[in-house]
Amino acid sequence: MKYAFYLGCAAPVRGRHYEMSTRKIAEGLGIELVDIPEFSCCGFPIKGVAHDTFFLLSARNLALAEKHGLNIMTICNSCTGVMTEVNHELRENEDLRKKTNKALAELGYEYKGNVEVKHLIRVLYEDVGVEKIKEKVKVDVAAWKLAPHYGCHFAKPSVAYNRFEDPEYPRILRELMSAAGVGVVDHDRDKACCGGAILAVDENIALKMAGKKLESVAGADGDGICLHCTFCCVMYDDNQSKINQAIGQEYVIPILYYPQVLGMAMGYDPKDLGLKMNRVKTKELLARLES
Amino acid sequence: MEITELDPTFKFDVTREPGGEQLMRCFACGTCTASCPVREIDEKFNPRRIIRMVLLGMREEVLSSQFIWLCSTCYACQERCPQDVRITELMSAIKNLAVKEGHLPAAYKMQLELIRNMGRLYEIDEFDNKKRSKAGLPELESTNEDVKKIFVMTGADRLIGGEEGGGE
Repeated sequence: MKYAFYLGCAAPVRGRHYEMSTRKIAEGLGIELVDIPEFSCCGFPIKGVAHDTFFLLSARNLALAEKHGLNIMTICNSCTGVMTEVNHELRENEDLRKKTNKALAELGYEYKGNVEVKHLIRVLYEDVGVEKIKEKVKVDVAAWKLAPHYGCHFAKPSVAYNRFEDPEYPRILRELMSAAGVGVVDHDRDKACCGGAILAVDENIALKMAGKKLESVAGADGDGICLHCTFCCVMYDDNQSKINQAIGQEYVIPILYYPQVLGMAMGYDPKDLGLKMNRVKTKELLARLES
Repeated sequence: MEITELDPTFKFDVTREPGGEQLMRCFACGTCTASCPVREIDEKFNPRRIIRMVLLGMREEVLSSQFIWLCSTCYACQERCPQDVRITELMSAIKNLAVKEGHLPAAYKMQLELIRNMGRLYEIDEFDNKKRSKAGLPELESTNEDVKKIFVMTGADRLIGGEEGGGE
């Protein structure tokens, strides 16, 4: 298991705890991650304003990974979504591939279509496997009852993803949470969008969308949210006080990345998993595991 | 408005944009609007209504509107659409057309500038790299020449005023 590690824009700056915990568990599970400093933004933020630019940014990242002979492992749902979509279109549409390669040639690249783009969660589920993850669990984390949040772009558009997961009935994160030994809390809004993509356009709507999720998790008595997308985490964690202001609530709901949860179950030091960097404090949750 | 103010070729322009190809398949069932998490918060965003406006030819009303920018790209509508209109992609097509006709929101102009100048949406300066090193993470580059070239090749640099602000 060897992957080019695609960080995206948000994780290196706003999600270092996501990156740290991912590297930690990858090491423990035998996933070799190769850093490629030349990777750029996937183009997701500008897909709606400069389609050709977005497309070429993603295509270049694919070509770069192919040059290294590696598949890509992502950690942000949005990066995963657009690079999967561009990959799908380049593989299906020969004319588009030719046209794109003409542009890539100006930059010294070519893309033949040999790269797979896989989110960390998919690598854990498909390459490592639930059984091996269970074998690696050393610490009982059943005291945590967490609400899964899937994020929109992990499995949608489902056509581009060859329907590896039914977005209406997602199951992979739940199975991985159970494999780590953590309690899975059902709630009404597990599939709802975080609103992150329109935060810069209309903050009030975005915060209220995120607020619906917090209401739903609080109503189901979840101790926190378990997720696997950098910007979803920015919405629920970094912006939780703003959400509370927008909806007139005072929720204190810790937001944990899945690799932080699995890392705790694997017995790593919380410091190495960046658990001090979560904005909503995780101290109380951690104390529960010690008693 | 008067029927003479409608532009019947507007819908064809939308279908020529990447993602807009399936527009004409819409039979107005409203599954998109019922599925939309943005619409649930604010009724000014209504995908079914936007599609009808495009089909009717309300070019200016759509392209100069604020509401086309409110799609959160969650794909709930697209996954459920019984006609495979590919609505999330269609919204992207409409927005791209709006930009071509001079309607680029300030928030996106800024994002274009950031990505062009740094190759990424968030700046990595020396301070960030120090923090990364401290956390045992590899340092990252703060600019990307290929990305600058891509902006020139695809015309995106013209949207943000050419080479100004960090290009060569």
